[in-house]
Amino acid sequence: MRSRPRFTRAQRTTIVNGVICFLLVLTVLQLWLLTATMDAFLGGDSSIVGPALLASTVCLLLGAGLLRYI
Amino acid sequence: MTDERTRDPDDVSLAPNAQVEADPPAWRQDFPIDWPKDEFVARREFAKFMVLTSCAFVAGQGWIAAQHLVRSRRIAPVTSLKIADADELPPGGAKTFNYPGEHDRCVLVRLADGELVAFSQLCTHLSCAVIPDVGRGVFVCPCHEGYFDLRTGRNIAGPPPRPLPRVELRTDPDGVYAVGIDVRTVA
Repeated sequence: MRSRPRFTRAQRTTIVNGVICFLLVLTVLQLWLLTATMDAFLGGDSSIVGPALLASTVCLLLGAGLLRYI
Repeated sequence: MTDERTRDPDDVSLAPNAQVEADPPAWRQDFPIDWPKDEFVARREFAKFMVLTSCAFVAGQGWIAAQHLVRSRRIAPVTSLKIADADELPPGGAKTFNYPGEHDRCVLVRLADGELVAFSQLCTHLSCAVIPDVGRGVFVCPCHEGYFDLRTGRNIAGPPPRPLPRVELRTDPDGVYAVGIDVRTVA
């Protein structure tokens, strides 16, 4: 016999909507990071290239981690 | 039979062949019969697409970092280059030259007070050639009406986002030499 799901469909939809909101914020943050890094790099300031790559990777890992819950 | 409007949304519809499967095949999870389940699948697919977009942004950051590494390893040694005779330019006069590479166009200007300044001639907006206007004290980019200060190279009006790279000069009795280039984000 199949066990009852942990959440109802409505609850799962709410959870997925929350996860999508987080993902949207993270992705917009990454877009901003990319444009700011590109602008600084083309202007000769390459000091933020490394930290920006690290921050963007952290955002990706957070997003991939959230994906596991849906 | 239960009316569709009063049906519990958690109820699962029967498959078209009317067989209840205790363990449905994997493909049916991606092609559900019920609307609520289908919406869940659509949201899940959208979330996956967002993470894929996130991967693309990280790849973009990686590309910038790779470009930084490549450029930092192949910086050509800055050499001095004679670009004009000491008294070649009168006040208000200008002369173009290439420095540090043969395709790096720069412009040397003698200001009205006799001071010599030199900057890259490429506008920091879209790389059009800027034109010195000594009377108004500006470099003008004719493509999109960008303006730079003639003495400092600072971007003062229009779309250019950064100052002009400044060419460092050394004046000797036998001529004017370019000895370095200063790429700045703020003048």
